Amino acid sequence: MISKEEVNHIAKLARLELTETEVIKMQKDLSAILDYFALLKKAPKPEIVKTEGDLSATRNDQMLSSYDIKAELIGLAPDKKDDYIKVKTIL
Amino acid sequence: MDLTELTIRQAHEGLKAKKFSSVDLTKAYLEKIKKSDLNSFLSFDEGWAITQAEAANKKIESGDFGVLCGIPCAIKDAIMVAGQKCTAASKILENYVAPYDATVIKKLKEAGVVILGKTNTDEFTMGSSTENSAFGVTKNPHDKTRVPGGSSGGSAAAVAANEACFTLGTDTGGSIRQPSSFCGVVGLCPTYGAVSRYGLIAHASSLDQIGPITKNVEDAKIVFEVISGKDKMDATSKEYKLEESEVKLKGLKIGVPKEYFAKGINKEVEKIIRGAIKKAEDAGAEIVEISLPSTEFALACYYVIDPSEISANLARFDGIKYGLSAEGKDLLDVYIKSKGHGFGEEVKRRIMIGTYCLSSGYYDAYYKKAQEVRQLIRQDFAKTFKKVDLLFCPVSPFPAFKIGEKADDPMAMYLADIYTIPMKLAGLPGMSIPAGKMGDPASPAGRLPVGLQIIGNHFQENKILSVASQLEKML
Repeated sequence: MISKEEVNHIAKLARLELTETEVIKMQKDLSAILDYFALLKKAPKPEIVKTEGDLSATRNDQMLSSYDIKAELIGLAPDKKDDYIKVKTIL
Repeated sequence: MDLTELTIRQAHEGLKAKKFSSVDLTKAYLEKIKKSDLNSFLSFDEGWAITQAEAANKKIESGDFGVLCGIPCAIKDAIMVAGQKCTAASKILENYVAPYDATVIKKLKEAGVVILGKTNTDEFTMGSSTENSAFGVTKNPHDKTRVPGGSSGGSAAAVAANEACFTLGTDTGGSIRQPSSFCGVVGLCPTYGAVSRYGLIAHASSLDQIGPITKNVEDAKIVFEVISGKDKMDATSKEYKLEESEVKLKGLKIGVPKEYFAKGINKEVEKIIRGAIKKAEDAGAEIVEISLPSTEFALACYYVIDPSEISANLARFDGIKYGLSAEGKDLLDVYIKSKGHGFGEEVKRRIMIGTYCLSSGYYDAYYKKAQEVRQLIRQDFAKTFKKVDLLFCPVSPFPAFKIGEKADDPMAMYLADIYTIPMKLAGLPGMSIPAGKMGDPASPAGRLPVGLQIIGNHFQENKILSVASQLEKML
């Protein structure tokens, strides 16, 4: 079973708040799921490096404007001023 | 005549012959939605639906209109429709209004459809039952004590209960095919890259795909042709024109993977699927038993890759740009609390699994290994499709399960996708068509639908649709 400390560490990395009850449930669920992943160790190595169906694609590094919906996009922010999204002090 | 029972083609013929108008059709569906107790819709906009229907009527009057013009449909609430709420069934997006149309919506609007509303899903499309929706489970129209499947459970139930002529769903690990099987409707998960995902709220980007859920195979083809193709807003989308040639069952080689009939499959489900395979054989298809040895690793592989991508994709819900924003003492506190308050149990669980698998010291053992296994699975399918034209297998090892039955056991829920996940990891297209009903000793016909899954090679939707349309007349 993974420890409470490990769960809290992962939650911190994920920037996710968990209640005490959630941490306990997560210990149990994560342990069961991670145990199941041990099965992967039994899998043989693949023979072929690349097959059809691998659709990894890149596009040109080109700037496209989304200015036609700028107001709508900024309008969605919970806290804003004029054309800016407001955030809490960082430093 | 109950207008809501018509297929797209039948409704189109009716509109053409002026037997009824798009407004008549739309009102008939709205009545059904308002009376429904299934919770298949999260929202619907009556006034807007009628406005769209009136616009469609005008197009129809002019005589120049396509087959989808004036046809009422519904959209899974993970796909953005400009000006309408898009919640992904999450509290974190409860009040989010989509600022633009997804590409599939743009295409459907150009075709003149009437959008009735948005359908229920598991939160962020993560689940196999719609029980993970923050806004309540959808009930299966065939048995209201059971789930409709998921995550596109609202979309499948809406079609099965005639609350929409067709719907759009999304499939990451089985989310179109499994609910279609559970609700007795047709669902197509297209090849990865066949349909643009621009405007779909991302779940796992190397797997997500949008597809139609319909009353029959012909309708699925109609919708698929409209929504597919290259889109500059989704780099993975491909130029694609559905081939029009008809593929006959006679002489076709159909592979039946033995791993899909191993222990754990419900006997009645197996009987129905074997029966469907027999019918294909009787119609002249050659049935070949094949083996996909990597099948046993697929579920574990998926549940490393899917949560890993989720942990990256869902980092954007930080309470700053949109969605729920919790009060916090500093910026980090806002992030942590917004996610903590906004996300449901399953979403949190997957973010945690993914973060764990990608974290320092575990990356090689989990994520890297899973990518290797994914390649092994691709290779297995590639070899198989050198020998056969299509694969036939069940969609799910069991029919629709009871609401609550698996809700507290994540592993049991994950196992519901065991037959739909492998081909997704290979980016292949698959379809569920109704193959029969089971599960009620009192009625010889049974009441719980069982779907046959037809899997094809990349971009061979034409073969799947052709064969499915011949089979649906026999099943």
